[in-house]
Amino acid sequence: MTEPQTNAAVRELIAFRIGEQEFCVDIMSVREIRGWTPATPLPRSPGYMKGVINLRGAVLPIVDLGARFGLRTSEPTARHVIMVAHIGGRTVGLLVDAVSDIIQLTDGAVQATPDVASDEVRTFVKGIFALDGRMISLIELGMILPEVEAEAA
Amino acid sequence: MDAFEAIKATFFQECAELLADLEAKLLILESGQTDLETINAVFRAVHSVKGGAGAFGLEALVRFAHVFETLMDELRAGRKECDDVTVRTLLRASDVLADHIAAAQGLIPDVDEARSAGLVAEMEVLTHGEASAPAAVEEEEDDFGFTPLTVGLAPLPSLDLPPLDLPPLAAPAGPAGWRVVFRPHNAMYAHANETGLLLRELGRLGPMEVSLDDSAVPPLDALNPEENHLIWTIDLTADVTEAAVREVFDFVESDCDLNVSPLGGAPFSADLPERPSLPDLAAPAPAGDLDISALLAAAAAPAPVIEAAPVAVPAPAPVVAAAPAPSAPAAPAAANAPAAPPAVAPVTIRVDLDRVDRLINAVGELVIQQAMLAQRVAESGMAARSSAVMMGLEDLELLTREIQDSVMAIRAQPVKSVFQRMPRLVREVGDMTGKKVRLITSGEDTEVDKTVVERLAEPITHMLRNAIDHGLEKPEDREAAGKSPEGAVHLAALHRSGRIVIEISDDGRGINRERVKGIAISRGLITEDAVLTDDEIDNLIFLPGFSTAETITDVSGRGVGMDVVKRSIQALGGRISISSVPGKGSTFTLSLPLTLAVLDGMVVGAAEQTLVAPLTNIVESLTPRAEDVHYVGGRDAVIRFRDTYVPLVDVAQTMGFRDAPVAAGQGVAVVVETESGARAALMVDAIQGQRQVVIKSLETNYQQVPGVAAATILGDGRVALILDVDAIVANARRRASGPELKLAS
Repeated sequence: MTEPQTNAAVRELIAFRIGEQEFCVDIMSVREIRGWTPATPLPRSPGYMKGVINLRGAVLPIVDLGARFGLRTSEPTARHVIMVAHIGGRTVGLLVDAVSDIIQLTDGAVQATPDVASDEVRTFVKGIFALDGRMISLIELGMILPEVEAEAA
Repeated sequence: MDAFEAIKATFFQECAELLADLEAKLLILESGQTDLETINAVFRAVHSVKGGAGAFGLEALVRFAHVFETLMDELRAGRKECDDVTVRTLLRASDVLADHIAAAQGLIPDVDEARSAGLVAEMEVLTHGEASAPAAVEEEEDDFGFTPLTVGLAPLPSLDLPPLDLPPLAAPAGPAGWRVVFRPHNAMYAHANETGLLLRELGRLGPMEVSLDDSAVPPLDALNPEENHLIWTIDLTADVTEAAVREVFDFVESDCDLNVSPLGGAPFSADLPERPSLPDLAAPAPAGDLDISALLAAAAAPAPVIEAAPVAVPAPAPVVAAAPAPSAPAAPAAANAPAAPPAVAPVTIRVDLDRVDRLINAVGELVIQQAMLAQRVAESGMAARSSAVMMGLEDLELLTREIQDSVMAIRAQPVKSVFQRMPRLVREVGDMTGKKVRLITSGEDTEVDKTVVERLAEPITHMLRNAIDHGLEKPEDREAAGKSPEGAVHLAALHRSGRIVIEISDDGRGINRERVKGIAISRGLITEDAVLTDDEIDNLIFLPGFSTAETITDVSGRGVGMDVVKRSIQALGGRISISSVPGKGSTFTLSLPLTLAVLDGMVVGAAEQTLVAPLTNIVESLTPRAEDVHYVGGRDAVIRFRDTYVPLVDVAQTMGFRDAPVAAGQGVAVVVETESGARAALMVDAIQGQRQVVIKSLETNYQQVPGVAAATILGDGRVALILDVDAIVANARRRASGPELKLAS
């Protein structure tokens, strides 16, 4: 960032992998990144809720992002990563395979989610863009927690 | 506007404190100790409320407080005797005063006008009834004092007028100068300031004459060299402003008594060197509002003074003007010391509760981290190799505990605030039921978490009502039974094994067990042939549905039974029990945790998960054999516990941790009681022990989870869920065939 930024729409994003796919979220919503530790399962909660862990005395719910997006899931190992994110006043841990990159992006480069994506994906993916030949999906975190679903059920 | 609202908020906070003080002092008066200091304290409290209310233009409050104050003034002056009737009126007046304040604050819609007016009339009769002759004079004087205060700020400018006469002051002040009376506190020397340097600095302003009052210095053998007993009086001849003089003492003003007055103010300043008069001058009113007498004096003074001694005119002005600025920190201390030496008010600060809670959270996390660290070190074997690590950890643990205790103590408050409301209740209930009651309280200073204190009021109120209404007999019945016609109700608070215990006992007739059993049978709560111990019969009154129309009276009825009391106690993590001796009385015992931030729990294991069951719910734990478990309808398991079959709930299965219940003959059954009194046996794999755990909310970052009350963090750093016993039992029951089965013969 040595050049003065003239374009105010440049954002910094943090990119991560789930399986073969790459996603990214606004870096401002990510508080820290830490390794996987076994979670305490919560009774009668959706399959993508991995449970809760202790984050320096706070109880942190862990969402398996892959399962949330309807992708295949695997049992988390020590190589998996938890991104601690701030979502609507709550702190939530997002379980992903690996964090890959920090990206700078102008809003204009983002293309709307194509129609081919499944409903689950379209709920969370705000748009897609290409970077060095990789396709990356931009994620909106607002709907990650099951709150709305739980109330509807 | 914000600043104004903030000041107003502070005023209401102070009002709350003043009201508490008022009530406490009135109760002292009620107990027959009518000393002048107590009456004065009541007067000051009412006066402070009135003064503040005037500044905010709270007319109704001012009017009521004024009448109250006038009566207090009569008592204070000894013109009216402080008899029982008066004290009772004052107590009721303090209730209405509280209502007026609450109304001004917007907490309640309106004051009961009729009641307020009635009390005003009553107080006026008391004020003027006896001393009708001097009353006219007194009233005039009072009105005089009252008017400037209602207008609030109006008297201030008029008082500040004398300084506007500065030209006359400045003119004679040229040759005259200033008289400085300076008495350093011990703290001034402790802060490395020195009188000599200050005097040298003062000397730069002009020629001065210094005299030293060493009369207070004790004999050498009694002298503490670190204490100061000296008072300097400096007559400074210099044409400088008062501010310039005070500037010299700028750095020490909070560490000394300082009085600066114009030189030549003959009668006034002649008093200055006298030590006792210092506080009087420096602090016209401790609370920072203006004292009536000071107003009167100031208002009355100018007229004769202007003619007689022109030099003296400025004298009151600098004193009044000086009071807010330099003597502000010193004044309260100075005012306290000579007035009431034994009652040293503790120094307090107001802190936003949010900040305290943040600190408490942080310390909670510290405690967990410390426990985790200790466990990790133990696992690594490091402690065994190095005793230094071991000792360091032990010290850390001690320190952590100490910090936790200190932080918890910040939220701790004496139960006094709740106990203080009870005499009024007892009076009213006694009057309503036509019984004579004496309330004896003890342990008011027992401290407990603020939230617990606040939630104690309701159950205590209910139980006191109950004790008077149901427990105590009518005076004639008591006499017939050979007791004093006046019933006694004891309300006591004490600490016992890390909990607070509240005991409410009466010396009434005790529980009529036959009648209680009869009611329980007629309500279908127990079977007709149930065999119950005395204790079990007594505890029937806590069953939901026991207290019904037949027992409802004006007093303890209102549709609230002991089951509600029990439930509100349990919601606080508390327990309630009763013991009763026929003819001698009953004792209710409440036991509550000192804080709501921690919980006593039973740590259990189920399907490889660690869970915590709140100890308050647990009745007993047992290891059932395979043949103890029976199946109702082939599927729903029950277990025989004492005389009844209780449903068996497999915790891990209910919570979805596994599909099948623990095999019969394995595992442990924890018999729990829900808030509604229903019992169930929770099947778990093993019991790991009892522990106090810090409660962590799941809702902060997630949401409510059925069957889970909250979470906690154990020593190994893992999160453990705290069971919501009621929800688990209710959930299991929904699937099961029906409610708990009675043993039918």
